[in-house]
Amino acid sequence: MIRKKKWLVSVLSAALVLGSVVTGCGTSSTQATQGAGKQMKVSFDPGAEPKTLDPQMSDGVPEAIMEMNLFEGLTRLDKNNNPQLAIAKSIDVSADGLTYTIKLKDTKFSNGDPLTADDFKASWLHALDPAAASNYAYQLYYFKNAKEYNAGKATADQVGIEVKDPHTLVLTLAAPTPYFKSLLAFQTYYPVDQKNVKANKNWNTEAKTFVSNGPFMMKSWTHSDTMTLVKNPNYWDAADVKLSELDFNLVEDHKAAATAFDAGQLDGLYDPTPEDIVRYKKSGTLKQAPQLGTYFYRFNTTKAPLNDPRVREALSICLNRQDLITNVFKGGQTPAYAYVPGGIPDAAPGKDFRTVGGNFITEDIAKAKQLLAAAGYPDGKNFPTLTLLYNTNGTHQLPAQAIQDFWHKNLGINVKLLGQEWQVYLQTMQNLQYDVARAGWNGDYIDPMTFMDMFTTGNGENQTGWSNAQYDKDIQTAKNTADQAVRMKAMHDAENILMKENPIMPIYFYVQNYVMKDNIKGVLVNPMGDFDFKTAYLQ
Amino acid sequence: MVRYLLGRILAAILVIWLVITLTFFLMHAIPGGPFASDKILLPQVQANINARYHLNDPLFKQYTDYLKNAAHFDFGPTFRYQGRSVNDIIKEGLPRTAAIGSMATILALICGTFLGIIAALRQNKTADYVATFLATIGISVPSFVIATLLQYYVGFKLHLFPPIGWGDPNQLVMPVLALSAYPVAQITRLTRTSMLDVLHQDYIRTAKAKGLPGYIIVFRHALKNAIIPLLTFMGPFFAYILCGNFVIEYIFNIPGIGQYFVTSITNRDYPVIMGTTILVATLMVTFNLLVDIAYTLVDPRIKLTDQKGV
Repeated sequence: MIRKKKWLVSVLSAALVLGSVVTGCGTSSTQATQGAGKQMKVSFDPGAEPKTLDPQMSDGVPEAIMEMNLFEGLTRLDKNNNPQLAIAKSIDVSADGLTYTIKLKDTKFSNGDPLTADDFKASWLHALDPAAASNYAYQLYYFKNAKEYNAGKATADQVGIEVKDPHTLVLTLAAPTPYFKSLLAFQTYYPVDQKNVKANKNWNTEAKTFVSNGPFMMKSWTHSDTMTLVKNPNYWDAADVKLSELDFNLVEDHKAAATAFDAGQLDGLYDPTPEDIVRYKKSGTLKQAPQLGTYFYRFNTTKAPLNDPRVREALSICLNRQDLITNVFKGGQTPAYAYVPGGIPDAAPGKDFRTVGGNFITEDIAKAKQLLAAAGYPDGKNFPTLTLLYNTNGTHQLPAQAIQDFWHKNLGINVKLLGQEWQVYLQTMQNLQYDVARAGWNGDYIDPMTFMDMFTTGNGENQTGWSNAQYDKDIQTAKNTADQAVRMKAMHDAENILMKENPIMPIYFYVQNYVMKDNIKGVLVNPMGDFDFKTAYLQ
Repeated sequence: MVRYLLGRILAAILVIWLVITLTFFLMHAIPGGPFASDKILLPQVQANINARYHLNDPLFKQYTDYLKNAAHFDFGPTFRYQGRSVNDIIKEGLPRTAAIGSMATILALICGTFLGIIAALRQNKTADYVATFLATIGISVPSFVIATLLQYYVGFKLHLFPPIGWGDPNQLVMPVLALSAYPVAQITRLTRTSMLDVLHQDYIRTAKAKGLPGYIIVFRHALKNAIIPLLTFMGPFFAYILCGNFVIEYIFNIPGIGQYFVTSITNRDYPVIMGTTILVATLMVTFNLLVDIAYTLVDPRIKLTDQKGV
């Protein structure tokens, strides 16, 4: 037997050696190299082939990562996530917080076309154009009449975007928006070269017609394989851009990306699988950045017994979140004892919304049992079997089993698991055809409102059937004022109501897990999970 | 023969039409849609999207519109990758998938026939056992396990080939090896069985009695008859492998058509689902026809006529 195996091994290795000789050797193990001519090159996996790189049309994280390095808006987030002037030279806000007068720097697109206020206006109107049918049109609903235009109830020139001269924009908002400067850094607000758009309708699908205005520009793009970005010499702040080349390996399989990283083919990736997280943590390779997101379970509040807030609270406080994170999720997440994650500034300077608001959930099995008994189900007697819905893509089944176990052990409640394919799951949840459903939410901008307004009555994202008049009122108060003290207080009040009524059960706050070669410095990871390589360099 | 071929081509068109119709209505029957996500679209945004992609039209109108366009080989825009058409995706992806598929097939044919012949000639001897053992492994170990093992040991541990990607010739080696494992095994088994069958026939004995050298008996007399069952396997298999092995492409991040074939369903990218399904159906039908024609070339006893059918 041994003899035969040897034969097999020698044939196989001969084939492999022959292959490698014919094709010119194996891979080099260090791509993040600083070559002779000061060439700094980094490769990174943004997570997928982009659905589109038209900033006005895209809505995903992989797209946001690519666009953030290709484009730049009027502002750009710094390492503390504060918006800094970028394409804007100055931003003046009127006293009522409704009018923004913005002067532009004299800048150019990557092809040398001058970037003017008209490019901004036309790009934004494109996102709002009903015919363009952009998913993210609502990111621009802050402008006066924007929502109406997108719904076909107003014309484009009624939208509050005015070009005073080629270097001045006057923006009128529908309501005061204290986080508007940070929104201006968001992808939907990036400018697109209108001359190029007119010349090439599908300008953003191939490298040769791709024009951008950010730190990097596109050199080549093999769909679903790699995209090569090089430093944009026409970028206004090109002096601060150190990398000469940024390669995006468009790998969707996180396991394969991790192997490529281990083999030195890739310099960085984010969101490795739980097994790889454990492995990278052990070897000290894992890096983490705060992320604006909450993993939670929805309760269907329209159905007995979950229409009883006591039952919902009992289900929430009988868990051990830290235990779940350590043994099941294994991603180093932060246990969520409230809904809005940390990392959002409060009204008072230097304060965080989460620390000001504090914790709402105190895990207490004895109290959970009391609540359940008070609701008429002592020791879980007569409690109907609950169905726990989750989506089968991703790693949601194990945690669901663990929570099923918690509820059975601590409260005597029986739970049936129901895994559904992503799209079916979305529909089941929207139609309130569930008892308990796993969910997650990532913030679109750095303000509690991105988490709060979805639980107002009848909001499409609510999906719990829950409704509270005072909650709706608090959110409206926050939406109608520019006074941060009033806004934040209203949102703290609202969160208090939400956490008393428990239509949802927060489980953990997301963290961005990623790996990156140690000699790569200066990469900014923002709380939306995007990677900014503008200031990246190699040591 | 001509009449027969015409009949077959007409039948093929009918089959493809049936496939289109079934796929179209089944696809629209599953819940979800191309633009559903956990971030709910506002009603007006959803309305804009429906209008742009004609998703508001009655289903039957969408179906007839699709048939009209498909007849002109216009398979529409993809819903997911904006600005690109299904034809773009096929044009880019198919040659890559076909390249890997053909290489794997050639490798499988060479290795499989070789192993199969050896096993048959050395029946119940160690060479036979080794070949049968290898074939059993190749059939029972799924390609994604082989792919992952190759990626880990050959790509990562030995640094012989890059674990992922496309474009460089040395990025082809591991996907081709992983993809050919199963067909090598199948071909080995098929060749062995039919060779054994043929080797026991009278005309081989006659050839031996005539004193012909062994290699002539094997290659000229035995093999020609032994590969007929192989053809039955190769036709549909080649069509299948041309349309990609989703798993292999996913693991090695190869931008072929196989990836789209599967992800389009999760994405509910209706035009891509239709386009790739039609592609597979067409290739299947074509290769089955080619195999039938090939039979007549290998075995004069088989004739393509209406009466006999195949």
